Parts: sequence; structure tokens; C-alpha cells
Amino acid sequence: MEETRYGGRLLALEIAVIVLALVYFVPFYFVLVNSVKSFGDLMRNTAGWPEAFVWSNYARVWDIMRYPLAFMNSLIVTVLSNVGLVVISSMAAYRILRHPTRFNKLLFALFVAAMVIPFQSIMIPLVKVVSSSGLMDSRTGLILCYFGFGVSLNLFLYHGFMKSIPQEIEESAVVDGCTPYGVFWRIVYPLLKPMTITVVILNSLWIWNDFLLPSLVLHDAGIRTIPLQTYAFFGQYTKQWDLALAGLVLGVAPMVAFFLAMQKHIIAGISAGAVKG
Amino acid sequence: MQLVFVGPALLFFAAVVLVPFFMSIYYSMTDWNGVTRTVVWTGLDNFRTILAADEAFRTSFWFTTRYTVAAVVLSNAVGFALALFLTMPLKTRNALRTVFFLPNVIAGLLLGFIWQFIFVKGFAAVGQLTGIAFFNLPWLGTASTAFWGMVIVSVWQMSGYLMVIYIAGIMNVPKDLLEAAKIDGAGKWQTLKSVIIPMVMPAFTVCLFLAISWSFKVFDLNLALTKGGPFGSTESVALNIYKEAFQNNRYGLGTAKSLIFFIIVAAVTSLQVYFTKRKEVEV
Repeated sequence: MEETRYGGRLLALEIAVIVLALVYFVPFYFVLVNSVKSFGDLMRNTAGWPEAFVWSNYARVWDIMRYPLAFMNSLIVTVLSNVGLVVISSMAAYRILRHPTRFNKLLFALFVAAMVIPFQSIMIPLVKVVSSSGLMDSRTGLILCYFGFGVSLNLFLYHGFMKSIPQEIEESAVVDGCTPYGVFWRIVYPLLKPMTITVVILNSLWIWNDFLLPSLVLHDAGIRTIPLQTYAFFGQYTKQWDLALAGLVLGVAPMVAFFLAMQKHIIAGISAGAVKG
Repeated sequence: MQLVFVGPALLFFAAVVLVPFFMSIYYSMTDWNGVTRTVVWTGLDNFRTILAADEAFRTSFWFTTRYTVAAVVLSNAVGFALALFLTMPLKTRNALRTVFFLPNVIAGLLLGFIWQFIFVKGFAAVGQLTGIAFFNLPWLGTASTAFWGMVIVSVWQMSGYLMVIYIAGIMNVPKDLLEAAKIDGAGKWQTLKSVIIPMVMPAFTVCLFLAISWSFKVFDLNLALTKGGPFGSTESVALNIYKEAFQNNRYGLGTAKSLIFFIIVAAVTSLQVYFTKRKEVEV
């Protein structure tokens, strides 16, 4: 905030915040350390270091959870939902912004207003819609649902971002004989890149970690995503903490790795995504 | 052109959000059970049942309200304080920001399971080592400790996300304004109260909105941490609706509840945005 010299008071503050950070981190310590203990060791000595490292907990959970399969399911759903959402919402936002007809303005208001509807308020009839379209128990059905739920916020963010793109560039491209699709995909879309990164990050955090919607749409064991598979696994192995904790670590690991790799973009994306309305 | 650009977005939005929304208005006035083909129109009966006779729904509403107030106030206080500290020139501030944000990348369901272990085994172990009574409480075992368990986990998770937004807000306070305050002889508290807080009001609007809507709609964490127990004392509205529809198979009653839920969430969040927006200042 202010340009003070790094003195005693800042040092004291720094130490206080570091202590708080350690407290924040304690749950992760407990989970990690106990995930490699034998069951007896875990029950007797929950806080301490393992007396022997039992890596086989992980090997067993890996097989029981069919981890690679669940990982692939999560990956497929997250990636395809993102691709579709970016395409449909950037195109719609562009058209609505550049052709502000009365219909388009109304449509935009409708998209924005729908953001206040809680998912739980429409989930019951949604199940009926999905099953009567024959899309129950399919990843395609789940992905199409994400298109519908994500499009409001994504369109809104793209719409706000596009306002800062000067229209002159597009006009000169039209003069040079570019088709409307060419203008959008070759000129406008590349300029949207910073917002596309934000949109993809927000969508990925949401979709990868989502539980309720997939639990309503996917039931077959073979197509479950990681949260669904963890839930099923945890239900069977409650109180068998040695296995349950290894399962939780495996469930958490991909997102933590993604975060540590993409940290800068994620923090920037959240700040950018929050500046709305 | 219009069709190609706007069509797909509108199609999915209509099929997934609009149609179910209008269906839920219709089904809230029926005795739909999800199985039989014939659905009988019952008018406002469902709403009467809920308001007059549904003890569990009222309990869940009261729980959700108390939980939302506690979680929103505490997570914003912690988030804002962390943002203030971590915009000072601390040597480890980037690493610290990472640690505080980390819980947000983990699914609420997994967090609930993780904390179930912490409350049941972890706290007991710490209590044995230190003898501090706080850790030896029957966490998740009684109504009030389970309530605070939910609040603790939510604050632990949400405050880091809110911190990121507050940091962006604090960084946007113009430097010359801070300089001017200093020259005019404002102390630290006065600068915070009269310069920084008014200037970060837009961040408060967003953070309160996010915290209120997350807390009001809490489901995954609730399901994984307490399952609504003990004895339904920590059952959130979202969980109550879910059970009514998908476990009791009373779809009509469930949609009526979900409609009431929608009206309250929409009203509370719009009122909050309206009031905090009025406090925002223009430079």
C-alpha cells in the first residue's frame, strides 16, 4: 500500500501471516501424511509421521476407483464443454453487440437475468428434459447441459470485452472482401484471446469440480467423472480412512497440478471475471 | 447470419434453462411423482403444504440463513484482511497468496470428505497432543458444532477467492489519492476508512454477491461433510429439495420448494447488489 522500509513491524506481520498460512495448510498435511499409513498406524498415530510408508494404498485405490477411466471422463467432459461454450457464446455475443436490434437487446437481457436462477430451481424438470431427449447416461448429454448453463456468463463476459474492440478494423476487412464469418474468425476472435483464457479457466474450475449435475445425468460406472467416482468410492469405504484418503488425494491432484501450472492466468482470470455488472 | 451466430447459444440456453424453468412453474402446482404418466393439477396445495406443515423445510431454511450470514460475514472479513496484508511489501506474499487460494481449486464434495477426516480424526489427535478443549469437542456430532464445522470449512475455502478480488480492488486505488491522504496527515486507520474502503466498494459488491449466492446454494459440501445431520439440523435448502425430489419421489412438492428457493435467492442477491452499488463512488 505504501512505500515503507522493510522494518520490524512488517517482519512481525509477515511472520503472523505465515503462521496463518500454515494453519490453512494443516488439513492438507493430515490428508497427505495419513494417506500413506497402514490402517493401524493411522488410528494410533494420526498426527505424526508414518512409521512406514504404505504406497500400496494408492495402487489399490487406483484400481478400485478405475482412476484412469474417471480421469479421462472428466477430461473429455471439461474440454468439449469448453470448446463448445467458447464457440457459441463468442459468436452470439458478437452478433448481439454489433446488431443491437430490439430482439437482440431483449435476448441479452434474458441471458443476463437467467444468471440469478439457482441450478437447484430447475434441476428437477431438467432431468425430465434430458431423459426424454434420450440423452440420459451419456457424456454428450452432460456436455450439452453445460452449454446451456455456461452460456449466460460466458456471453456476458465476451460482450463486455468486445466493447473495447474498435469496429474500424472489421470495416476495413469487409472493404477488402472478407466474408462476415471471415471477419469474425480471422479478425475478431484472435483479439478475444485474453477473455477466452478467462472464460476457459472459470468454466474449467466449475465443470471439473461439479458434482450435482453429473450425479443426475450420469449413472453408469464406466462414464463417471472424478467427483462422482470419489463419491461412490467413499460411500463403500467410509471409515477405511487409509484407502479413502489416498482416493481423496488422487481426486484432488489433477486440479492442484493444473492450478500450480496455470497460477498466473487463474488469478488474473478470476480478477477479470469478477469485474462484471 | 443471425441464426448461425445466435442460434446455437439460444437453442441450448432455451432447452437447458428456459424450458425447465417454465416446466418447474407448471409442475409446482401438480402432484407429479416422476413415475406415473398422469399428473394431477393441484393448484396451490404444494405451497400450502410447505408453508404450513413442512417442519424439515423450515428447519433447513433457518439453518441456511444462519449459515449464510455467518459464512458471508466471516469469509469477507478474512478475505479483505488477507488482501490488505498481502498488498503490503511482504517478502513471501506471492507464495502466501497461492496457499490461501489453493482450497478453491478443489471440488466442494472432496473438501467435505477431507474435512470430515479432519474433524473426526485430525482434531481429536491435536486435542490429545495439546489438551485444548476446542479440539476435543464432538465436532459434527451435535447441532451447534456441526453448524460451525460447516462455517469453518466455508470460510477456509471462500476467503482465498474473495482475497484475490479484493487484492485487485486495492491495487486499483490510485496512488496519488493515497499520497494526498498522507500529505493531509491521515493515519493508517483513517486512510483505510476514508480512502481505501470507499474505493474498493465495487469489489465489496462482487464479493458479497458471490459469497451470498455460494452459501445460499451450498450442496456438495453439505452432502459430503454432514449429510444434513445430526438429525437434519444442518440440512441446507438445496439438500432438502434434492431429497424431496429424488429420494422421496415427490417431484411436484420438490419443484414448489425450488420455486420458493429461486424467489428468495433472486430477491436477496438483487437487493444486496442494489444497496452496495449505491455506495460505490465515482472518481
